[in-house]
Amino acid sequence: MNKVLMSGNNIIGEAAIRAGCRFYAGYPITPQNELTEYMANHMRNTPDGVFIQSESEIAAINMIAGASAAGARVMTSSSSPGISLKQEGISSMAACELPGIIVNIMRGGPGLGNIRPSQGDYFQATRGGGHGDYRTIVFAPATCQELADLTMDAFDLADKYRSPVMILADGMMGQMMEPVVFKKPKARIYSEKFILQGAGTGKSKFIRGLILDAIDMEEHNWKLARKYKIIAENEIRYEEHQIEDAQMVIVAYGTAARIAKGAIKRLRDNGLKVGLFRPITLWPFPELNLRALSAKVKNFLVFEMSTGQMLDDVRLSLQGYAKIDFHGRPGGAVPTPSELANVIARNYDKND
Amino acid sequence: MIVKTIFSGFGGQGVLMMGLSLAHSAMNSGYHVTYLPAYGAEVRGGTANCTVAIADEEIASPVASEPDYLVAMNSPSLFTFQNKLSAGGTIFLNSSIVEDRPNRLDVKVCAIPCGDIAQELGNSRVANIIMMGIFIKKTNIVPAEMYLKNLELIMGSKKKTVAEVNRKAFAAGFDYVSDN
Amino acid sequence: MAKKVFGRPKSLKENIFHYCPGCGHSIAHRLIAEVIDELGIRGITIGVPPAGCAVLAYNYFDFDMIEAPHGRGPAMATGIKRTLSDRVVFSYQGDGDLAAIGIAESFHAANRGENISVIFINNAVYGMTGGQMAPTTMLEQKTTTTPAGRHKTLDGYPVKVCELFSPLKGVTYVERCTVTSPANINKTRKAIKKAFQCQLDSLGFSLVEILSPCPTNWKMMPIDSCKWIDEVMSKEFPLGMFKDNITQEKKIAEAV
Repeated sequence: MNKVLMSGNNIIGEAAIRAGCRFYAGYPITPQNELTEYMANHMRNTPDGVFIQSESEIAAINMIAGASAAGARVMTSSSSPGISLKQEGISSMAACELPGIIVNIMRGGPGLGNIRPSQGDYFQATRGGGHGDYRTIVFAPATCQELADLTMDAFDLADKYRSPVMILADGMMGQMMEPVVFKKPKARIYSEKFILQGAGTGKSKFIRGLILDAIDMEEHNWKLARKYKIIAENEIRYEEHQIEDAQMVIVAYGTAARIAKGAIKRLRDNGLKVGLFRPITLWPFPELNLRALSAKVKNFLVFEMSTGQMLDDVRLSLQGYAKIDFHGRPGGAVPTPSELANVIARNYDKND
Repeated sequence: MIVKTIFSGFGGQGVLMMGLSLAHSAMNSGYHVTYLPAYGAEVRGGTANCTVAIADEEIASPVASEPDYLVAMNSPSLFTFQNKLSAGGTIFLNSSIVEDRPNRLDVKVCAIPCGDIAQELGNSRVANIIMMGIFIKKTNIVPAEMYLKNLELIMGSKKKTVAEVNRKAFAAGFDYVSDN
Repeated sequence: MAKKVFGRPKSLKENIFHYCPGCGHSIAHRLIAEVIDELGIRGITIGVPPAGCAVLAYNYFDFDMIEAPHGRGPAMATGIKRTLSDRVVFSYQGDGDLAAIGIAESFHAANRGENISVIFINNAVYGMTGGQMAPTTMLEQKTTTTPAGRHKTLDGYPVKVCELFSPLKGVTYVERCTVTSPANINKTRKAIKKAFQCQLDSLGFSLVEILSPCPTNWKMMPIDSCKWIDEVMSKEFPLGMFKDNITQEKKIAEAV
């Protein structure tokens, strides 16, 4: 297949349609409008494809929940404030075990914030986001190629675990163009028995999250928890970059990880042995893999385009086995590799 | 090798097209490439810019903190980006409307009246393609023919006349300057 | 041989309704089930119950159902119907669900002319949460959150859903009924059937509002509740047909 130059937002749309997404609902918000527009343009030329510009993000998430229950592969997308609105529906989809893809092209926050690239929604994405005891798988792509690959994988995992899956990128990932090759999507595996399509002549079924009996509700929660445990055991993804001889390791994801790679290149040119640990799944977080690194590296620096959210997960992972510093640029300021290199160099020398 | 270029100008001058066509040509020449448009609240007539990175290895940051080249199609672009340019870099100026000159001595300046050349060609809208002719000649990042092929590819080759106009404009820029 | 003249509709499960004595939900449920039986559409019907007293509707209806978050029924029904366009999809919504928290989802589903049906239970009060003010609560009506009665300057006015929705071009059929007497119940059944038939014929959005007694939260006897609907509530919410474009839409559909 040919390499094409596409923007991140368009890549997600194209990958979704190729993966069999046949229902998309969304509401315009910068910096992800190109994705909504891409779906509007391409769903109408896709057999059985449905595009709806919804009246709100709340409506969009519930539309995809309905379409998911009816058996379609579904996706919605938004940016930070819109994702807050979708949380009710995401919680509901988790409760009802409905597969679906939610794309968050993050912007500066809190509140309306701005439309610059940011990573302030890490907590919201990785802690479930909505109310109740649930998790969503969270992919954090760092290149346009990964956007394409992970979008396709997200549909497979959503079906496999009957769970909403979030793709967490930022405004830069959405706007940036890079060459991309679309891989061949896998055939869908999803049992008919989970699909609501009318009872026919058989027994009727219902899909619900309301379970009034406390013991039944507890069992439902434990059932979900067991599922999340299996996900945590099987679906962790991460990248290690130049850690073989590293004296210091940067932990960063998405756009921040790219900047970190640029910084590491500069530092290595100056003889500083710095590596990168990049979580690709933010939930489940590659906890044990990161902890294993602390056996030989004692100096970590977390770099995020936030005031320090993934930092918590790094602390939980390293459990005090290593020193952890933090550098953050919240609110939409994208730091340069040279700025980060200076910060790293300062902490590198501080190593005791 | 990694080369980063910022294209900047008024919205409507076609600066995004300049970056996009370069990125396409570089991709199809086998390079790693990123194209990052500046985005914001939608305003017609505002400033537009984009950053293109071209490398023979994986590109870390698509942002250019120290670009090698700046293509400034208007004065505000020159003021905004001239201090970012890496020492020894080149600033390409559309001298038809940019009267100022950089206040740095450690960069090369290539000032070409693209707007006037375009007028002479009878189409003021091709100033950007003329500038690309100059840019490709001077930087030699991709072969001229490769660039033109990709430009036609992304412009859509529906209208043969458009392609002809662009080829002429590109040649006018390309032949206007000597290589070095 | 005795002929069976009355029985439980096939579309209702054997469960006993949990609704309070005199509540209109039980009647509305039965009417929907009867209509579905009559139209022979049990196997292709998907219902979307609301948050509220009818949240447990899936315990009673014997066809496929999926619960929607509060107010989001029409959005969810939109997703289902657009995916499975040959199924009969309806949302069952209360006054808070449709006219307060879910007014946007309901209004826009109607405005898009989604080919779904909405059964709207208006009992002028929030039932399940214990009798708070609804958007359709009458002026002067006492609820737990309007202890001195609904006051126009504090609480605004009763929201009239049929009046609000029927001018929308996407809407094909709107009727307001009640279940206070056998005659009214028959009319309601006819309206529900008409709404479902409208959907079966792909003629667009249909809505049936049912003024429904809530003796518990109104603190009235069931008979007085029916009387209150007939004498008070139906003055604010007049019964009758608000829009019937079925014939017109049929002609357009046939012409195409």
